[in-house]
Amino acid sequence: MKKLMIGNEAVARGIYEAGVKVVSSYPGTPSTEITEFAAKYDEMHCEWAPNEKVAMETAFGASLAGVRSACAMKHVGLNVAADPLFTLSYTGVNAGLLICVADDPGMHSSQNEQDSRHYAIASKVPMLEPSDSTESYEFAKAAFELSEQFDTPVILRMCTRIAHSQSIVTIGERENRDRQTYVKNGAKNIMMPANAKHRHPVVEERTNALTVFAETSAFNRTEMGGTDIGIITSGTCYQYVKEVFGDSVSILKLGLVNPLPVDLIRNFASQVKRLVVIEELDGIIETHCKNLGLVCEGKDLFTPLGEYSQKSIAKVFGLADKECFDTQTAIPVRPPVMCAGCPHRGLFYTLAKNKVTVMGDIGCYTLGAQKPLDALDAVLCMGASVSGLHGFNKALGNDSMKTCAVIGDSTFMHSGITGLVNIAYNNSNSLVIILDNSITGMTGHQQNPTTGYNIKGDPAAKIDLESLCRAVGIQRVRVVDPYDLTACDNAIKEELEKNEPSVIISRRPCVLLKSVKAKPPVKIDTDKCRSCKKCMKIGCPAISMVNGKAHIDATLCVGCGVCEQLCAFGAIE
Amino acid sequence: MNTTSIMIVGVGGQGSLLASRVLGNLLVDEGYDVKVSEVHGMSQRGGSVVTYVRFGDKVASPIVEDGEADFIISFEKIEAARWAKCLKKDGKIIVNTQEIDPMPVITGVAQYPHDVLNELKESGAFVDELDALSLAEQAGSSKAVNIVLMGRLAKYFHIEYEKWINQIEKLVAPKFVELNKKAFALGYNA
Repeated sequence: MKKLMIGNEAVARGIYEAGVKVVSSYPGTPSTEITEFAAKYDEMHCEWAPNEKVAMETAFGASLAGVRSACAMKHVGLNVAADPLFTLSYTGVNAGLLICVADDPGMHSSQNEQDSRHYAIASKVPMLEPSDSTESYEFAKAAFELSEQFDTPVILRMCTRIAHSQSIVTIGERENRDRQTYVKNGAKNIMMPANAKHRHPVVEERTNALTVFAETSAFNRTEMGGTDIGIITSGTCYQYVKEVFGDSVSILKLGLVNPLPVDLIRNFASQVKRLVVIEELDGIIETHCKNLGLVCEGKDLFTPLGEYSQKSIAKVFGLADKECFDTQTAIPVRPPVMCAGCPHRGLFYTLAKNKVTVMGDIGCYTLGAQKPLDALDAVLCMGASVSGLHGFNKALGNDSMKTCAVIGDSTFMHSGITGLVNIAYNNSNSLVIILDNSITGMTGHQQNPTTGYNIKGDPAAKIDLESLCRAVGIQRVRVVDPYDLTACDNAIKEELEKNEPSVIISRRPCVLLKSVKAKPPVKIDTDKCRSCKKCMKIGCPAISMVNGKAHIDATLCVGCGVCEQLCAFGAIE
Repeated sequence: MNTTSIMIVGVGGQGSLLASRVLGNLLVDEGYDVKVSEVHGMSQRGGSVVTYVRFGDKVASPIVEDGEADFIISFEKIEAARWAKCLKKDGKIIVNTQEIDPMPVITGVAQYPHDVLNELKESGAFVDELDALSLAEQAGSSKAVNIVLMGRLAKYFHIEYEKWINQIEKLVAPKFVELNKKAFALGYNA
């Protein structure tokens, strides 16, 4: 059957057909849909884990018990899961284990554009990189055989363009597999020094064997065309190269990007006049070629920044730009914004008004950094708001400064709890605000341990945030409704004044949740409006100025009432 | 390589994913090789969004670049201008004349260029304007702007009307099928 699928759906299909029984992941753009599509198949146990480390360790346990397993994460998620990854390389697998990681060149939805191939090299784990949905499906499926053949986890490297581009996939049937027997084997599975010392040589031998495999593997292929230019490439860049050159150049397309072949590359290089490596982000294949003593071009021509395209590649080869239209008028930028009625807005407004230094975190609420709210001071990575605040406050000592951390419910579950433990244990006078909108928002509404539902939408154990905060040693825990500006203001002022750690839970479900019913839109009484623009300070996309007076877009407004509380003239009702 | 390139542009939340799904699946059923590139995640939140649809005998790149688009379907006025550089010299822009203020306009640091479509036309671009929002409301929901615009695109395509309708029936929730069929017809006949 032929089906148009995004790369992530194709990966899920490959995982399904490989007979996988356990999939554990943490959502993160652009990887999220792998697990969402996988969860549609009832034959597999699929779950949202609290973070990527837990997800990978769950997949490890399932593989050890003898069933094929997988986990998926975005590139920065692999940082969190790096600890199990490096030692999983030593233990190897019982049944096949696939780690899907999605890079985000161009940072469509990420805080950096790290290149995950470094992890494959550093952990000595094979990595596959597909170039469209068909390969996403085929590579995901084939990864399990590779994993079992070489007794290693396998990484499938996606990128935004592959993960979120649809192309046609011809799908097959699920292979039903019995659980492989679990046999206790401490020498292989208990990674303490005495055992690990014997496993490291196994890893080195495996890399040698995989390098030999790479020479002839069907994952890598040569497409000989004109021999004036020979291009070594992989993933989405392969498609751009084909778009620009068709069959007029020779291409070595690498699907197995770690370990890289030696003779295959040398042989290809010997057949072309000019050797160019085209790879997004870092020059990893290029460095490999240069280490082989080959003369090649790469990052001297191409940037390590952002995504490539047919245009950027054509430009490097001096091909003419295509004719295009150009408008002289300046088109205002349209950055993403917090939704009308977003429960985070009232809280951010209050923090900005009180001139609080705010350590931010990863989620929709990172948008609080944008003008006019301009409410954040720093954003680093998942959980860093809480632990960063602790360090900030320790550095301040007795210097007086109003500070707090803001972190979403899902991010708090992911890696905020340990930071809060540190605040309590090492006693800093820190205020942590948990923005509890009852869902993982930014990645498109995934359940998490605070929501009371699992990935399938079935009822599940629900973390009680108030009890959790008290249990780690925070005495002052209070809940506010972020739609109530007075309550927010009082809570923030009071907790900032206290000389002890405290937590405010700002609780109001995401307005985009189906269970949240919008109230009727508010209206402007233009006779009462004095054009003071106070209501514009909250950056609500539903409010604009029309003919000098405030105007509400009734199709966007959900009647949250935050602007109404700001108007000193009672013009909003 | 004979590839047709279409861009669907607009503001996050306007329903471009459904439009690209209808178009993509229709083209697959017509026997073409098809690639569709979407945007998910942060850029969806009221930001400028773009979806690429490419079809032909064999499609390589999933994205569309400067001077390559045969069609730009814009869900909002200035988004048409933002992406117009991607239009081929003989390409066509289909644009919903609805104006949605971006945040810099709301906060007063930028002006909304109301007259931008005329500038495009003066530069020689083919621009087909329609008030898709009113037509969608006429069909029963302002959310049907996406299908109104698909109806408009269908006018320029060689694929039979009924085949478009079949895709709507396949991809839209049953209770919204009639509304969307009406929206499609309104766009087609506008």
